[in-house]
Amino acid sequence: MADEDAKRRIEERIAEAARAAARDGKRAPIAVDPVVRAGSVEAAGDGDPATATGAPPGARSDGGVPPILECTHVSHRYPRQTGGFQLVLNDIHLRVPQREFISVVGPSGCGKSTLLRLVLGSELPWQGSVTASGVAVDHPRRDRGIVFQRYSLFPHLTVLQNVIFGLELDGTWLLQKWLTWPIYRRTHYRRQVEQGMAYLRTVKLDEHANKYPQQLSGGMQQRVAIAQALIMKPRILLMDEPFGALDPGTREALQLTIVEAFAEQGITVFFVTHDLEEAVFVGNRLLVLSQFWTHDDGSSGEGAKVVLDVRCPKSTSVDVKASSEFQELIQRVRRDGFDPNHQQPVRTFDLSAAAPG
Amino acid sequence: MSRIVGSPLPRSTRLLLGAVPIAILVIVYGALSYQRHLENPMDRLMPTVEQLWRGLGEITTADRRSGEVWLWVDTRASLVRLAKGMGAGVGLAIVLGVLTGIFSTLRALFLPLVTALAKVPPLALLPIVFIFLGVDESSKIVLIALGIAPTLTSDIVLAAAGVPREMVVKGYTLGATTSEVVAKVILPQIMPRILDSIRLTIGPAWIFLIAAEAISAESGLGYRIYVVQRQLAMNIILPYVVWIAILGVAMDLGLQALSRWLYPWAATKGH
Repeated sequence: MADEDAKRRIEERIAEAARAAARDGKRAPIAVDPVVRAGSVEAAGDGDPATATGAPPGARSDGGVPPILECTHVSHRYPRQTGGFQLVLNDIHLRVPQREFISVVGPSGCGKSTLLRLVLGSELPWQGSVTASGVAVDHPRRDRGIVFQRYSLFPHLTVLQNVIFGLELDGTWLLQKWLTWPIYRRTHYRRQVEQGMAYLRTVKLDEHANKYPQQLSGGMQQRVAIAQALIMKPRILLMDEPFGALDPGTREALQLTIVEAFAEQGITVFFVTHDLEEAVFVGNRLLVLSQFWTHDDGSSGEGAKVVLDVRCPKSTSVDVKASSEFQELIQRVRRDGFDPNHQQPVRTFDLSAAAPG
Repeated sequence: MSRIVGSPLPRSTRLLLGAVPIAILVIVYGALSYQRHLENPMDRLMPTVEQLWRGLGEITTADRRSGEVWLWVDTRASLVRLAKGMGAGVGLAIVLGVLTGIFSTLRALFLPLVTALAKVPPLALLPIVFIFLGVDESSKIVLIALGIAPTLTSDIVLAAAGVPREMVVKGYTLGATTSEVVAKVILPQIMPRILDSIRLTIGPAWIFLIAAEAISAESGLGYRIYVVQRQLAMNIILPYVVWIAILGVAMDLGLQALSRWLYPWAATKGH
């Protein structure tokens, strides 16, 4: 354990130096393709949490390129109605390299949606910092796309208009569309429509391009929302329980849609869900947030921590859900993260122990 | 007794049912006025249908002295005032309401004042308006604007504040600036609701119009009613009242049609 820590600290320092070099204008070392490396990381499944979590894949040095997402000692709290504050997130430390499909799961009230809002920038952390590609997150911006569970689409626009909403804003000045319509229609607009239709075809909704969102089923609406976010080519796609309101069949189909989009388009995804099976299936890295943990002296801790950070068995077929590896991982997460009676001492999984500073 | 939850009535049945009370009202009025005129041929309170017809003829033909047709002159004067007053009030309310609804600082700043102003009966402001602006056209327009703006504003504040935060965030993640979020995400979404609120202010707007015209004007529907009231000319007052009702209904239907035409998505329901 101590060796492991020391090793990681050294790695951090190397990464720090590389970042400094990059800042000074020197050529930064090229990052090893994280997907290739991810394949070499053992899928967790053994009983020793220290080995599994001791080297979380995202916490590795990545050769000077700032991680696409980094949370440094992030804590967050909300005012209680009765006065005082409720600590929701306790010292979250997290690094997400490119092309990772990270799924965040945890018992209700563990603050996973809070974490997503901090990453999104619609809320700022109480303590610590969140950076996206090395830049501090201050506001929702277009490098981070989002798909919510509800209200993802604009009701006043058709499906196609929803999808090209962002494109239309891009690189046009105010009223350009209306003042130069005869030309605009044949140039900008035509390109946008073509691109929008292409994205709609990938989610198999091109036939419904001219309907309004209210005329679509919930699953179709979420597919439009995914196309709407992906067309902007965000560095990272955030999803907040995107399939939470759907029936099981539709849900599984959409899980496959997003897994395929991930595989084909090489995007990075941050996927929050309360459904453990879904989290293990869609993600290639699973992050379990839980408020059920104890201090060294056995007293209960406050606020949620990352209690598990493991690789998931990767597959683009739902058959994997029946595999023993898949089921074992689910059992383990259920015990470590979701069972209030099984409270682990924080020392065994506290990932922040290895953090610099 | 039928259950409250039921299938909607067919359109023809609805129209027929709606016409029944109106028909009954007309028939009862006709019978009552006939009865009264049998007892007292000089009765002026409930003119007979024939007298009403003559009154209608009087207001729709050119006046012998001025050559003007009362009904058209009055209608034009009133509608112009109404349009100006409502236009000013609605414009003010949209700007104020959308901004206050979106930005919490502005909401904290202005909402108490707007709420308090909405509680002041606008007719209590009439003397103040007359004192400051005199008794000409502008004071009538200002009264209508002041009368409808506060309630309309608080309505629009609620609508703007009710737009889910998720959509605003979504707008930003798609690259919109704050002004683009307001203009392309929030405003178009609440427009149907604003039009609905405007429909509800048509009634109050007429109240302020008639009140202002009754006190000081040279023409206008309210002016005419109050002038002929001195001669107890019920056969002119009643056609005017019916005409005002027709105008009000037409405005309401017009706004409804406008809303359906401009915002077809607001009417589309799930399958």
